[in-house]
Parts: sequence; C-alpha cells; structure tokens
Amino acid sequence: MLRAWRIALVFALLAIATAVAAQAIDPLPFRDHAEELRFQHLTSELRCLVCQDENLADSNADFARDLRHKVFELMQQGKSDAEIKQYLVDRYSEFVLYDPPVNAGTWLLWFGPLLILLAGGVAVGYTIRKRSRAGTPATPTDTGDDW
Amino acid sequence: MSRLLPLLGFVLLATLLGFGIWWNSAHDPTAVPSPLINKPAPAYALPKLDDPAQTVTKEAMLGKPYLVNVFASWCFACGEEHPVLMAETQGLGIPVVGYDYKDDPNDAKAWLAKHGNPYSLVIADESGHTAIDFGVYGAPETFLIDGKGVIRYKRIGPLTPDVIAQQLKPAIAALQKEAP
Repeated sequence: MLRAWRIALVFALLAIATAVAAQAIDPLPFRDHAEELRFQHLTSELRCLVCQDENLADSNADFARDLRHKVFELMQQGKSDAEIKQYLVDRYSEFVLYDPPVNAGTWLLWFGPLLILLAGGVAVGYTIRKRSRAGTPATPTDTGDDW
Repeated sequence: MSRLLPLLGFVLLATLLGFGIWWNSAHDPTAVPSPLINKPAPAYALPKLDDPAQTVTKEAMLGKPYLVNVFASWCFACGEEHPVLMAETQGLGIPVVGYDYKDDPNDAKAWLAKHGNPYSLVIADESGHTAIDFGVYGAPETFLIDGKGVIRYKRIGPLTPDVIAQQLKPAIAALQKEAP
C-alpha cells in the first residue's frame, strides 16, 4: 500500500515538473488556449539548431527563444503551420524538421527498418523450409551450438 | 558455416560502428547545410555599429561582391577566428562586412578596439531577427554575396587559413571571372 502511494507521489511530482517546464520558458501573449496549443505543437516538431537533440518548445537556448518568437510572429501574421515550416526550411534546411519528409534523401531512413524486417522474415522463412524439408522436427534438437 | 554466422554478425556490427565513428570525425555533425546558397540574400536594413543613425541595406550593397562575417564579442570561436581575419581580409580583394550578432554595441566596439578591426564596415543586429532570415544559428558564420545580391558560399564555423585558401578564395575568383 505504502509502495503504491510512493509511486503515485513520484508520478504526481513528475507531472508537476513537466507542466512547470513547459510553461517556464517564456510567456507569449496568446489570444486563447487553442492558439497556445497550436504553438506548443508546432514548436515541438521543430529542432533547436544549437542544441540538436532538443526541440524548439523545450529548449532554453537563447537562439531557440528567438526562433520561437519568430514562429509566434508568423502565427500572428496568419501563416499556416505548413507555411511557417516552409519558412524555416527555406532558411535552415529540412534539418529543422523533427519529422523528416519522405524524399530521395530520406527514403532509406523511412523504409530501412521495414527492409531489415523483410530480410529477417525471408531468412526465418528460408530456415524453416529448409528444416522441414530435411525432416527435422519442429522442436529444436541439439545442433552442437551451445550459445 | 552456421558456427561462423555470429562472428560474421559481429564483424558487420563492428564495421558499422567503425564507419559511424569515422563519419562523425570526418564530418561536423552540428553543421547544417544552408539552403540559401545560390538564392538571393534576404533584404536587410541594419544600423552601422559605430554610427547607428546610418542604416545599411541590401540594395545599397548591390553591384560588387562582398563578404559578410557574423561575429559577436561573446562568441568564443570568433576570438579564434579573429587573428585569421586580421591577417587575411586584405588579401581577399573584396570588402568584408562585419555582422555583429546579438551583441551589446558597446561590448562589440570594445572588442574590436582591443583585438583590431578587420572589417570595412560593421553592421549591428542586436535583436538577431534579421539573422533568422539569413539562416544564422550561431557565430561565426560567413556568407559570400555576389554583386546581384545572391549568396554564393557559406561557411559555418570559424574561417581558417586552409578554408580561406581552399574554399573561399576559389569562390571569390569564380565570382570575379563571371563579373563583367
């Protein structure tokens, strides 16, 4: 019982910490909550270029703040999410997007894991067929490999 | 054969790891390629560092190629680059514009007074807003802009004598060849 309470407490503290972190960075004059959510979502999909393993929404870097303000400014001008992303891609290349678009340079990144999975499937299928043809029982027998 | 498979798998993984280490040491993983190369430089209007009443614009700079060197007094790598600029800018044959990035003008002036001023002109972008249009995300960065206002070359990180000799000077020579 005590253990369950402790776990609950840890989760509650974590939730508070993340909520605080999400708001601590800089207060911008949003018109309403929907606009703020849109801003949070958009900046979470953009990379902070000076701290490359962080997104714009979470980064406390000075430069990330400048880019967030730029995103906010473009939102105020009525630009769509796609237009804002294009604005940044035009200046900072596709690297600024956390979700890379599918194109000639990124297809291996997108479909590489699928290819490896297929290759593994083919290898497994091949082995099973070879064994069943040789009349080996389905349960593995000692092949002499102890590892 | 099947006994050799795990060894083969290990060798493959080790090769991949080795390749990754080699790739990351041969390339700068933090360098972001600029999509602005061969695109028109963004329009800008920035005050001169030593005379903020005067504004320098892209239009006013059209006509002949020039170099824009993004620096700041707070930037450590700029301090490393500075002696190279002091020694090399005279030999480039084109004006070098200093772009003071997100800096207190007084700090920048003191920095230039202390270390020397290699620039023919210094413009100040205290807020860093124009720098976003240039795709700047750090300092130092260097842009080569041709007479038509098109960005022809960009260097992220400090200029070194090697970079100047092998990349920048050939790029400038190519520009001067095509100019009428």
